[in-house]
Amino acid sequence: MTGVATPARPAPSPSPPGDQPKAVTRQTPPWRLSDRVGLVACWAMGILFCAIAAAIVIYFLVQGLKYLRPDMLWTRPHQGFTQAQTGGLQDPLLGTLLVGAMGMAIALPVGVAIAVWLSEYGRPSALARVVESTVEAIAGTPSIVLALFGTLIFSNTALGFLTRTSEGVVFGRSFFAAGAMLSLVALPLVVGSTREGLQAIPQHIREASYAAGKTKAATTRRILLPACRPQVATGAMLGLGRIIGDTAIIVVLLAATLNFETVGSVPILDVLKGTGGTLTSYVYQASPTGELDQPEKAYAAATILLLMVLLLNAAVDVVHRRARQAGTWSS
Amino acid sequence: MTRPLPEEVLPLDPEEQHLLQDQPRWSDRRVELLLGALVCSVIALLVAMIVFVFIHAWPSFAHNGLAWFGPGGSVDNQLQTIFQSGESGGQYVYTFHAWPLIWSTILVTGGAVLIALVASLLVSVFIVEFAPEWMRNVLQPVVRLLASVPSVVYGLLGVLVIVPFIGNHLITESSKASVAGVIQLSGYSLAAAVLILTVMIAPIMVSIFSDGLRAVPRSWLEGSLAMGINRWRSFWKIAVRTARPAIVAGTVLATARALGEAVMLAMVSGSVGFAPNPADGLIFFVEPSRPLAPTIITRIDDLASKPANQTLFAIAAVLLFSAAMLSLAGWVAKRSMKRYLAVA
Repeated sequence: MTGVATPARPAPSPSPPGDQPKAVTRQTPPWRLSDRVGLVACWAMGILFCAIAAAIVIYFLVQGLKYLRPDMLWTRPHQGFTQAQTGGLQDPLLGTLLVGAMGMAIALPVGVAIAVWLSEYGRPSALARVVESTVEAIAGTPSIVLALFGTLIFSNTALGFLTRTSEGVVFGRSFFAAGAMLSLVALPLVVGSTREGLQAIPQHIREASYAAGKTKAATTRRILLPACRPQVATGAMLGLGRIIGDTAIIVVLLAATLNFETVGSVPILDVLKGTGGTLTSYVYQASPTGELDQPEKAYAAATILLLMVLLLNAAVDVVHRRARQAGTWSS
Repeated sequence: MTRPLPEEVLPLDPEEQHLLQDQPRWSDRRVELLLGALVCSVIALLVAMIVFVFIHAWPSFAHNGLAWFGPGGSVDNQLQTIFQSGESGGQYVYTFHAWPLIWSTILVTGGAVLIALVASLLVSVFIVEFAPEWMRNVLQPVVRLLASVPSVVYGLLGVLVIVPFIGNHLITESSKASVAGVIQLSGYSLAAAVLILTVMIAPIMVSIFSDGLRAVPRSWLEGSLAMGINRWRSFWKIAVRTARPAIVAGTVLATARALGEAVMLAMVSGSVGFAPNPADGLIFFVEPSRPLAPTIITRIDDLASKPANQTLFAIAAVLLFSAAMLSLAGWVAKRSMKRYLAVA
């Protein structure tokens, strides 16, 4: 550090005595007006972001306190024209949980498997590159396009056992259909996060396991996957957040009905084969532009939705902090 | 002569039994094949999606040719005619000129991406370099929260807060009267759509931009500072320039998200097949329209009618194609920037 300062300080110089202290005290180079304006713009934008987020959360919490009643959670919604007639939010709430569970039941194992293949096997390398771009392409596909593709798949007669069929025509809309397509929405997030975790594990950990005579498969299952559990959990929660928040696939592939409409008489299967709605589709329909048009109910449902998202965010934070406390790999 | 090992001397852990077998149950080869098959089936799914969407879209493109993308007539009437021709059982009608929808997509997406790009760049520079510690600790969760709010919640906020505000305070009675014969100005508008879409896509940009900016080697900045250039200029000239591939990547991702946004835009854009005209002056910003993706979701009940079904798939094909072209453009742009540094 002193090396930098020395050339600036001339030895017994002929310069006037007033110059020397000035050159030493001015440590930072000058900021022009345009730079200062830029910094102010940075602050303004940062504060604006915080203000928008705070406004959204506070606004919905206030509306939620006004319109959300605990009994809405276990009363079923009805068609109607007034607040009193339209009932509660039980079916959409259960629908959201159901769709989230089904989507993750597919996305989690498939996503982890893809990440393991990419990070641990990845041969031939050309295939690995294609897989990488495939995952990116799925992430970039609008969910409305996925939904339309879903109507093609599930109105196939071969998959008729998954939805309602009448006289050979397959309806193609059910919890199965929506769950399967929603898993594609969550898949890229699970793959990305798991892969990041696997790549952060140093090579010598794997080598130690091979040296102990373990196969690659056993190493992956017993050592690598347990070691990157926080990243898998993060990916799963981000994916779940995306599934819960999706509306387009629900409207197209779940028919977005107010109540569960069951098909058949087998206890659980009848719901899964039938149609229904989730909180997102309920908000969509209860908004002034929707068919139900009950804004106060929409506020209540949106508040629950926002609380779920906040909870997931907080969970991701906790997992991150735990993982950081547990420490990283030392070489 | 080798003596056979007595079995009782070496009791084997059942977990390690596979060491003695030629083909253990979960041998590496089998696991690799199994995972490979899964991976290939995901690729097959994507290829099938592209192929089937384009096959189903083909009749609509074939009947209209390039006029599909051009202006002409009212889009909403055309969609209704197409739908009815499938229901009535007569000759299918495919005539469809999507220009108002495409123009609206360009305006809404372009406007939101431009505003979000400037705002996100400022915020990510702020987060990475200039914000004090406490501000950084507030901003990071805020960005994550804004990114994870469901689009339908943004839409509800738009319909119940922003749209009435625009309708009641920003549109004068005289401007409503001036276009009364053509469209209705009620607050469902381009401005509302762009505003909310900006808030939706900016967090995506911020998170990718700031990852890229953080990856710039500290010593490069220190080199610039040692030359007597101030912190602000050093950061913009060195770090932001180095992180350009990340900026391209974030912009591409955010644009793809904006293109595919259906639900929120269906709620606030006004849902009218009208092409806003910049020549209208300030009214332009409060004119209603409807981009491509929301058109699919508002007309989703038409899927039962075959020609309408194919027209909707044609819209989906256009979305899919633009998303693909976008990633291609991003890839090309990043490639030409790689000579600076591979930060992305």
